[in-house]
Amino acid sequence: MELLLALIIATLTGSGIFLTLRARTYPVVLGLTLLSYAANLFLFAMGRLSINQPPIYNEQITHYTDPLPQALVLTAIVISFSMSAFVIILSLKAKAQLGNDHVDGKEQIQEEPKP
Amino acid sequence: MISHLPFYPLLVPLIAGIFTLMFKHFGINTQRWLSALFLLLLLFVTLVALGSTFDASATVYALGGWEAPYGITLVLDKLSALMVLLTSLLALGAFSYALFERMDTKSLHFHPLFWLQLFGINGAFLTGDLFNLFVFFEILLIASYSLILHGNKEERIKAGLHYVILNLVGSALFLLGIGTLYGILGTLNIEDLALKISVLPSTDVGVIAAAGLLLLVVFGLKAAMFPLSFWLTHTYSSISAPVVALFAILTKVGIYAILRVHGTLFGADAGELSYYYIPWVLNLGLLSLIISTLGVMAADSLKNKIGYLVLVSISILLILLGINTQEAISAAIYYTIHSTLIAGGFFLFADVLLRKNILPHIRLTGGLFFAYGLAIAGLPPFAGFFAKVMLLDAAMQNSQQAIIFTLILTSTLLILITLARTGSNLFYEQKFEHDGVDTVLHRGSLLSIFFLLFLSVLLVVFADPITEFLSQMAAEVLHLKETQR
Repeated sequence: MELLLALIIATLTGSGIFLTLRARTYPVVLGLTLLSYAANLFLFAMGRLSINQPPIYNEQITHYTDPLPQALVLTAIVISFSMSAFVIILSLKAKAQLGNDHVDGKEQIQEEPKP
Repeated sequence: MISHLPFYPLLVPLIAGIFTLMFKHFGINTQRWLSALFLLLLLFVTLVALGSTFDASATVYALGGWEAPYGITLVLDKLSALMVLLTSLLALGAFSYALFERMDTKSLHFHPLFWLQLFGINGAFLTGDLFNLFVFFEILLIASYSLILHGNKEERIKAGLHYVILNLVGSALFLLGIGTLYGILGTLNIEDLALKISVLPSTDVGVIAAAGLLLLVVFGLKAAMFPLSFWLTHTYSSISAPVVALFAILTKVGIYAILRVHGTLFGADAGELSYYYIPWVLNLGLLSLIISTLGVMAADSLKNKIGYLVLVSISILLILLGINTQEAISAAIYYTIHSTLIAGGFFLFADVLLRKNILPHIRLTGGLFFAYGLAIAGLPPFAGFFAKVMLLDAAMQNSQQAIIFTLILTSTLLILITLARTGSNLFYEQKFEHDGVDTVLHRGSLLSIFFLLFLSVLLVVFADPITEFLSQMAAEVLHLKETQR
């Protein structure tokens, strides 16, 4: 299961970085979302993977899972969610005001050599 | 009352932000009065906080009474108290300029956003917990994202988009770094992390070193350290004056984070990892200095020039952190105070020069430009000169002293020449870069600009007690024992 999770995080990070390096705002926003998913999953996995165990310490319980990464990841999810919302609105506004969705605000027109 | 002192610099901006939002209904004047009152209150609170650290060591405040390492702590020591005071002084300058120029009416929520920005900055300075540093970074970032768009011009949206995307990538990296540290060490309290790293088994050293460098990338992005610095001039030159004056402290938050987090985690007791990040900081600082000095010379507009001058000051701070002795750290803090105030004031002054008809006041503005030029290039009688003397003095014992000396002195000369040329273009040949608006200059608007310059002069007048205090502070930051002081 560790391997599976590690591969998922790696795929998310890789695609996130690839999309973030694109020139249009839509793929960049998607890339940022994937990157934040990867970071959240990674943070969550840092409490070590354990199944069917309570996240609470109690004297009767011998096995429990670390509750702190879950609290951290909850905070991180809320923050990345609101940041994604903000960046979506900002790119829509940029599209509306600048007339295109290039991240530099202007199309890079390649001048074709005239025949 | 007094036992909650470390919390007040956070509480005041938060309450002020909520109040200015609640009383928006009563008009902009109510908001202005509220903001002014709260700003005075914040100044008072931060002064008391700094005063309380004079003869005491760090106060650790456990939020909600949960003791460290389980709860979240705020740490009020000499350095964090001073940075919080510096923030409120800079905020006073920026805020009064916004009032004199009526710039707070150009978008809907200037006052609440301004206060939330201060809340985030103060939180980042005071927190003793790595995850809370992340949270406060996000608070100051989301306020800054909205403040960049203040005034709502096309170029601001473009610059804002770049800034937001870069910082979101930075936040993801920050989370990965925090996750790695927690996964290996099982704590996020900065002091506790340092304890755990000092007894780290050698199998885990590589992972922790990687996490530390990941955090260095994040803080380097905030501080605009060389390969991560290209966003700064573009962003800073397009946003409105009071906002960018306040942003002069934002890059210093990155420097502070490197000093605090890396200096504590990978300090003298960290065994194999003791100060392993120092060569990175020093060499990147030297590279930054070359690039940003060239940038100052090549920049075509005044605002771009000041943006590069901010980068020069960041490079000098990075070099000082890279030298990393008690003298160097106290020089770094001294230079932080000076360069923050001067950069903020210069941005406000550039706004006056670019938007106003200064011809009737050409002597006054010319003199002011001369003073700011001397101050930002680091010449006497301003504090930048003393900071550079302290730098060169501290660099004497460093193995790279030849490179440091050459670069610092050459860069100062080149900056001076460039500023002289800018000044003669502006005031002798009167080539103004007006962007169409030509309005009358009120002398009141110069008040905040004089105020920030005056603070830097005070820094020179009281140089002796201040450097004495900063030296104690540097010893505290570097965790030197009594005998080593």
